[in-house]
Amino acid sequence: MFENIRLSFKGIWSHKMRSFLTMLGIIIGIAAIIAIVSTIQGTNEQIKENLIGSGDNTVEIALYQGDWTYEMGYEGVPAGVPVITPEVLEQVKDIKNVDNASLYLSRQDYGGVYHLNTALSGGYVIGADENYFDTCNYIIKKGRGFTEKDYTMFRKVALLDKESADALFQGEDPLGKTVEIRKEPFVVVGVVAKSKQFEPVINSIEDYYTYSQDSAGKVYVPDTAWPIIYQFDEPQNLVIKVASTDDMTNAGKEGASILNSYLSTSDDTIKYKAEDLLEQARQIQELGKSTNSMLIWIAGISLIVGGIGVMNIMLVSVTERTQEIGLKKAIGARKSNILGQFLTEAAVLTSMGGILGVVSGIVLAEIISKVSEMPVAISVPAAIGSVIFSMLIGIVFGMLPSYKAANLNPIEALRRE
Amino acid sequence: MILDLKNIYKDYNQDKLVVPVLKDISLQVEEGEYVAIMGPSGSGKTTLMNIIGCLDRPTSGEFLLAGTDVLALKDKELSNVRLNSIGFVFQSFHLMPRESALENVSLPLSYAGVKKKERKERALKALGRVGLEDRATFMPTQLSGGQKQRVAIARAMVNNPKILLADEPTGALDSKSGAQIMELFQKLNEEGVTIVMITHDKKIADHAKQVYHIIDGEISREVGEEARHEEEKD
Repeated sequence: MFENIRLSFKGIWSHKMRSFLTMLGIIIGIAAIIAIVSTIQGTNEQIKENLIGSGDNTVEIALYQGDWTYEMGYEGVPAGVPVITPEVLEQVKDIKNVDNASLYLSRQDYGGVYHLNTALSGGYVIGADENYFDTCNYIIKKGRGFTEKDYTMFRKVALLDKESADALFQGEDPLGKTVEIRKEPFVVVGVVAKSKQFEPVINSIEDYYTYSQDSAGKVYVPDTAWPIIYQFDEPQNLVIKVASTDDMTNAGKEGASILNSYLSTSDDTIKYKAEDLLEQARQIQELGKSTNSMLIWIAGISLIVGGIGVMNIMLVSVTERTQEIGLKKAIGARKSNILGQFLTEAAVLTSMGGILGVVSGIVLAEIISKVSEMPVAISVPAAIGSVIFSMLIGIVFGMLPSYKAANLNPIEALRRE
Repeated sequence: MILDLKNIYKDYNQDKLVVPVLKDISLQVEEGEYVAIMGPSGSGKTTLMNIIGCLDRPTSGEFLLAGTDVLALKDKELSNVRLNSIGFVFQSFHLMPRESALENVSLPLSYAGVKKKERKERALKALGRVGLEDRATFMPTQLSGGQKQRVAIARAMVNNPKILLADEPTGALDSKSGAQIMELFQKLNEEGVTIVMITHDKKIADHAKQVYHIIDGEISREVGEEARHEEEKD
């Protein structure tokens, strides 16, 4: 085997130009596949990252009516949806791979939040529990966070995020100033931000509609102060933090089913649902799939054409080396030895083509990403798979020439001078 | 008895015509003999050698090689016979052009499944036997005709075959190199190697202990000096 590989390299090297031209079909095919796969992978990873953020790993479980989040502001508190108790919260925290869980109240308010005459239209008011900022990876950018006393003494204090601070104060320092929520004055004590700032990459108008939903500003108040502005005994939402991105879907589903087991509503469209970002990402990725697989098929055809080229050249090579084959048979080579030698040569040839193809595919992908600003991610399994696949092409298309060589009649072969 | 051929016939089919090439050939060779088979071109001597070398099968007849009925063997077993029991030397050397002398000599060993280290040792030893151990790394293009043939002989001998088959071994060489090859054959024969050589050159055939003539597919044994002189007169 090793001997055959050594011989193959020698043979390929002694016909550099011919070998390269033979490989070219394979090189082009593999390069095309690698470039396509890298672009697809890059786009998919960007979709995932845009939706999930990098390394945040939080899942929000909110109350839904049908396909839409339940609007407490319009519909009032639904009957049969109980307030989530600390015991239920503990149950959620016991789910596998859940690091942390918090309760929060949330309303989108269109005209209830003001600083002087400036309104925060369409912003969210969030009633956060003591754990909330930790669970959601917020850090305090300015001022202070909520203290225990803010909660126990029902203080009317508020935290802003960057968007709400910009919208309400327009560059002024908001600390110590007042924000009016439903006509109740709240004192701004600090500004928070996600510990890992993440900006979704927007390349198109579709991207904008898909990813921009998070950019409405938020105003946070202690959940104990919530009844001052809204209502008592409003059912909360849940946010959980999991160990890794891949745990998000399962933990979210389990969390939702725990909460749903306490529901006793007459309207069974009202349900807790996890905002499954991974699933959403998958759906967006799915849209591009059919075009992509078509491209891969086309590249695959070029590989078959490349394989036929290899077969052609191998047949020429067998004819050229008739004498060598005859001699080898005369000194004791078995059919299997000759078969092995030529199959190895074909496989080595196409594997080299595969490796060169992967390299040029990566270069091509990088060029595409530079020129068109498309995201590109090199897939290692795809690269390894391509090399193995090109080796198989060599074996399949080398079969016919190798059989021809192995079955040569040694007398005829030796006679040919 | 190392070679025992009885009533060997070989016909070739050319279009619809059956051309007899060998007619009723019987030949016995004892171990350690040195035999030359002489004949003009087209007499069937190469066909006979191909049959002895297990590359070709006769149309009919019996052939025992060291007691084994080789005509009953399958293709794969015939390869093993060629590998282990027969060494071939050709007129045009047939060395692998891109392999060094050492690699050429190791080739049969790799088919025999010998490990790399042992392969090298044995190939060097075989090169030593033909006096070329200092040319081990040379490529065939760097060797003279006589040296190439000696490498080919080393390759034929490396698996210690029972019999060395040579087809016009000096045909492509000048007389000086030819004489060296004949000396080498003499030496190998003295060491116990059975040699069957095919040639049309009388001077070369004279080196053998026993000479056969093959004319129009029929073989006859040459008996002593007188018979040889008789033939020359004709």
